Amino acid sequence: MSALGHYSYWITVLLMVAGLYIVIARGNLVKKLIGLSIFQTSVYLLYIAPGKLVGGTAPIVADGFKLYSNPLPHVLILTAIVVGVATLALGLALAVRIREAYGSIEEDEILAADRDSEGRA
Amino acid sequence: MTLAHLPALVVVVPLIAAPLIVLLRRSTAAWAIALAACAFSFAAALLLAAEVLAAGAISYHLGSWPPPWGIEYRVDALSAYVLVLVSGIGMVTALYAWRSIAAELPRDQLYLFYALYCLCLSGLLGMTVTGDAFNLFVFMEIASLSSYVLIALGRHRRALLAAYQYLILGTIGATFYVIGVGLLYLMTGTLNIADIAERLPQAGNPRAVLAALAFITVGVSLKLALFPLHFWLPNAYAHAPSAVTAFLAATATKVAVYVLLRFYFGIFGFRLVTESLPMPEILLALSVVAIVSASLVALWQADLKRLFAYSSVAQIGYITLGIGMASREGLTAAVAHLFNHGITKGALFLLVGGIALRAGSASFDAVRGLGRRMPLTSLGIVIAGLSLIGVPGTAGFTSKWYLVLGAIGAGRWWLAALIVLTSLIALAYVWRFVEAAYLSEPGARTPEAGEAPAAMLAPAWLLVAACVYFGFETSFNIGGAARAAALLLGGVP
Repeated sequence: MSALGHYSYWITVLLMVAGLYIVIARGNLVKKLIGLSIFQTSVYLLYIAPGKLVGGTAPIVADGFKLYSNPLPHVLILTAIVVGVATLALGLALAVRIREAYGSIEEDEILAADRDSEGRA
Repeated sequence: MTLAHLPALVVVVPLIAAPLIVLLRRSTAAWAIALAACAFSFAAALLLAAEVLAAGAISYHLGSWPPPWGIEYRVDALSAYVLVLVSGIGMVTALYAWRSIAAELPRDQLYLFYALYCLCLSGLLGMTVTGDAFNLFVFMEIASLSSYVLIALGRHRRALLAAYQYLILGTIGATFYVIGVGLLYLMTGTLNIADIAERLPQAGNPRAVLAALAFITVGVSLKLALFPLHFWLPNAYAHAPSAVTAFLAATATKVAVYVLLRFYFGIFGFRLVTESLPMPEILLALSVVAIVSASLVALWQADLKRLFAYSSVAQIGYITLGIGMASREGLTAAVAHLFNHGITKGALFLLVGGIALRAGSASFDAVRGLGRRMPLTSLGIVIAGLSLIGVPGTAGFTSKWYLVLGAIGAGRWWLAALIVLTSLIALAYVWRFVEAAYLSEPGARTPEAGEAPAAMLAPAWLLVAACVYFGFETSFNIGGAARAAALLLGGVP
């Protein structure tokens, strides 16, 4: 297969790197979580793309078909998606609580507030 | 026969206890159910360990589906060892948590704490028992998500930020692990750990296997708090509730070490790990930096919890140093230090939690002159501190002895000298506590005379006694570690 034929994997790599970059480069707590979600989505693609075999049909046994696509990655990714949703929900709940406690969801403002209260304490 | 189902029950009982506690809502009932679940898991772990010692590894097929199509729970010498540690610490901390958490959380939130505690314990035990790589990820996330919330329950608002940072880093770590498992699945077509190990040598693309090794190493190292991926640990341990700090410090990182050992030696194999990539050298270098830098940073901390948190990073460095030696003594030392450090740090954080309860904080201001006002607590911290340093007669010495033996056996005399030198740094930061508690006058923040409640002091002293006991009676911690190391190395001398 040509390099262009592997486009799923190029997209996977792009999403992975973009997601990680957002987590590192953005100071807003919600934006970090979005970056994390993008990073996790790239992993879903990493699992599912190889599952589709070239010339394979849907994984339902039927006469006349010999090659079936692999259904197992889909099962694994459903689990991973659920875990990702739970993590995102938890992260957002924490962001809400941090907003209530600090008045901001920008990481540099929060860290500055901590430094100030430490200086005063 | 229920005994045959113990490998599953040890995980399922705490898992079911959690929603039961949420339904019941009453805080006393919540604690009772949590304690019962922890006690059951501990008893099951002991029974499993005894059976593995007598009859060899146990393979349990979930739903009676045979592996590799079904999920297999596998209890062998290494997982039984870690099971006993995690469930034991779980039970001791559950006993402790009754008074400790009641002082830190409002009464109507107590049942939520115990539900999350059971979930975290179930996740950690599941990680240890499972023989399926993706099932391990599921349990890893169960344990991690509940630990993020447990940390966020701390009193100060900084606990929220610590939990958030741990969430980001922990999720990245778990996702790296999933990428690694995905690559392994693509190479071998199976998720069962034993099956992957069998099929990996015939797998085609060696670069993909090495990439999987790299991803899994980085992912698990984030959970392990291996330098330089340890930045979440000091904040998380310092700001979490005392019982949570003790529980996580003694178990969460240790189970991550177990996962690393299982993958390195159980799947990738000794030859691949040592020859294809310079993993032992990398681990050695990172461990040395971790031990030296974290011990030095611990010297400057103003808060006892942060001090012992940095000490934990250093002690995890000792464990990965043992792994990096990749020899029989090194692995024995690593697995033994897993156990010894678990009980030592558990004891220390439980005792510091007692100080935090009486004084409102665990900073050094509150510790001045503590020797007279809380004598039992101070003595306990000194004894556990001796185990941390590795003084002969305590559990910490037994594993450090094997580390030094491993270093000398590999001809690395500088490493043996370094291990002894860094133990002196540990002596320095334990001495800081001794100086503050016994040689200083009580300050304004020192609590009034009177120990922490007996319900908190007794479990803490149980672990302190264990530190001393396992320093002399080493048949379990060293013998079990030796058996686990032999299992991991297989036929390699």
